[in-house]
Amino acid sequence: MTTAVEFRAVSRHFGPASAPVKAVDGVDLSIAEGAFFAMLGPSGSGKTTCLRLISGFESPTAGEICIFGENVSATPPHLRNVNTVFQDYALFPHMNVRDNVAYGLMVKGMGRAQRYAKADEMLALVHLDAYGSRKPGQLSGGQRQRVALARALVNEPRVLLLDEPLGALDLKLREAMQDELRALQQRLGITFVFVTHDQHEALSMADSLAVFNNGKIAQIGTPEDVYAKPRTRFVADFVGSSNVLPPALTRSLGGPEKWASLRPESLRIDPEGRLQGTVTALRYLGAAHRVNLKVGEADIGAILPAGQPLPEPGSQIRLGFDATALHIMDEA
Amino acid sequence: MSAVFPARSLADRLTALFWRKPRLLLVLLITPPLVWLGVVYLGSLIALLLQSFYSIDDFSGVVVPEFTLKTYAQLLKPQNLYIILRTISMAGAVTLASAIVAFPIAYYAARFAKGRWKAAFYLGVMLPLWSSYLVKVYAWKLILAKEGIVTWAANATHTGGLLDAVLALPVVGGNSLSTSYIGMFLVFVYIWLPYMILPMQASLERVPTTMLEASADLGATRAQTFRTVILPLAMPGVIAGSIFTFSLTMGDYIIPQIIGNSSSFIGMAVYQLQGTAGNVPLAAAFAVVPIVIMLIYLTLAKRAGAFDAI
Repeated sequence: MTTAVEFRAVSRHFGPASAPVKAVDGVDLSIAEGAFFAMLGPSGSGKTTCLRLISGFESPTAGEICIFGENVSATPPHLRNVNTVFQDYALFPHMNVRDNVAYGLMVKGMGRAQRYAKADEMLALVHLDAYGSRKPGQLSGGQRQRVALARALVNEPRVLLLDEPLGALDLKLREAMQDELRALQQRLGITFVFVTHDQHEALSMADSLAVFNNGKIAQIGTPEDVYAKPRTRFVADFVGSSNVLPPALTRSLGGPEKWASLRPESLRIDPEGRLQGTVTALRYLGAAHRVNLKVGEADIGAILPAGQPLPEPGSQIRLGFDATALHIMDEA
Repeated sequence: MSAVFPARSLADRLTALFWRKPRLLLVLLITPPLVWLGVVYLGSLIALLLQSFYSIDDFSGVVVPEFTLKTYAQLLKPQNLYIILRTISMAGAVTLASAIVAFPIAYYAARFAKGRWKAAFYLGVMLPLWSSYLVKVYAWKLILAKEGIVTWAANATHTGGLLDAVLALPVVGGNSLSTSYIGMFLVFVYIWLPYMILPMQASLERVPTTMLEASADLGATRAQTFRTVILPLAMPGVIAGSIFTFSLTMGDYIIPQIIGNSSSFIGMAVYQLQGTAGNVPLAAAFAVVPIVIMLIYLTLAKRAGAFDAI
């Protein structure tokens, strides 16, 4: 399989060389052609800088970036065959929607009739056929997002970059757009790389993802892999708020003396269970309840389906789980 | 039963009244400035406009308060038309040059200057405004004079021939820089430049960086981004600045008196007509010209889409 984007020991430092801020710190990464790739991490973890390194708005301090095998480390943004959907959409307010979408074609010198035809085609693809002559200011957030998408896609990029594409939308719209983006990507077969801090979004949309922490990739893999088998405490906690068990607790549960993760949804109330603790809090989640437990020094959360009898806060309970649910992490 | 709320003072009752009727407060706050604007500002302008439709009795020199277009007919006489054309040309050239000089400065200040440098920028732009206008103009007269520093520097660097060649140009040239249109033009650009820089900088500051990145991302070169994104978005500021430089140049009557070859400009004509000549109607008609030109200019700018980004 062809590699669409490749990072070879890429670093991006800001500030003085004596005390640099290492936004991206020695990242190796390879994104396959046609992938729907997510860069997931908290703010300041380096994921957005990585995206900007691909688009060319940042230059690497060290290392090489290749797009389809070509080293683009010294190529300015306008000569890279990638396009970006910006977080704030960055639509041009003085142009109407059609001119916005046709902008990339216009600067390449395509004639008016041809570029408008293509722009209208793209607008139809994102279900905005009737909005060509409106100004961006007259559109809703979701519509602007679609225009930004059409404006990027009309250039037929080989890689589409999306910076927190759904961050500004409300929940309902976000879910609809998730499905739509997914369908669009499968239909066009373009490599999509998107940045998000929302683990649900990354898990549900991506076919592979990289979890960033402190400028480094903490783990890279399929969503199933990353969710079920986190490599570090950070990944376990950040992706799906897993319970992180200290080595001593792991051993008391029958594992080796190593850090382990235990998914909240794999726990159930079981009088014979091996985890014993005091209920500290109960939280209603709609379809389920979250029960917080103090086990020794550790805080353990369990997600219990609705309809079960609930323990009282302050009471002692026991929780059980399948032996396979306990995931031992590599990290010492 | 004791009162839940303490007894209220007059101030409290007023606050409550304004809270219930916010429009009342607005009306109270806005009426005095509106009266000033409406009566003193626009009222005197209308009085001026009316004066231009009066005429002067050729024998007695008394203003005849009857509606007539005679004064405007006088305005269209060749010698008066030349004054108008001369003034418009100068104002246009000054505005264009100010825009070209101001843009890079405003762009730097808006996009790159931070903290201390930004403060230095504001100080640098505003400082000349703090000293007397007359002092600056006379200082420029000395700088541009035949015995001045420009001539001296040109001779010292053996570019005196170039200066002579510039001064030998027809119409705009002259005996020395201080007695030529070129000199007047330089002084105008110097004096009005801050009025161009500041609105430009304000409008450039409102152009988000992502807009420029989006343009580059879509394949535009820097020149294309400048032409299709930066300039249209900065246009309201450029227009605002050009209104200042254009109308200030058109109305000025001191610089053309001190610098240049003493040919008349609109401001000078108004000054002489209402003073020595006592022809207030013609002076008023002259004063209407810049207003009409500005209205035409703004209409054209609007039609060209200069305000689309507002």
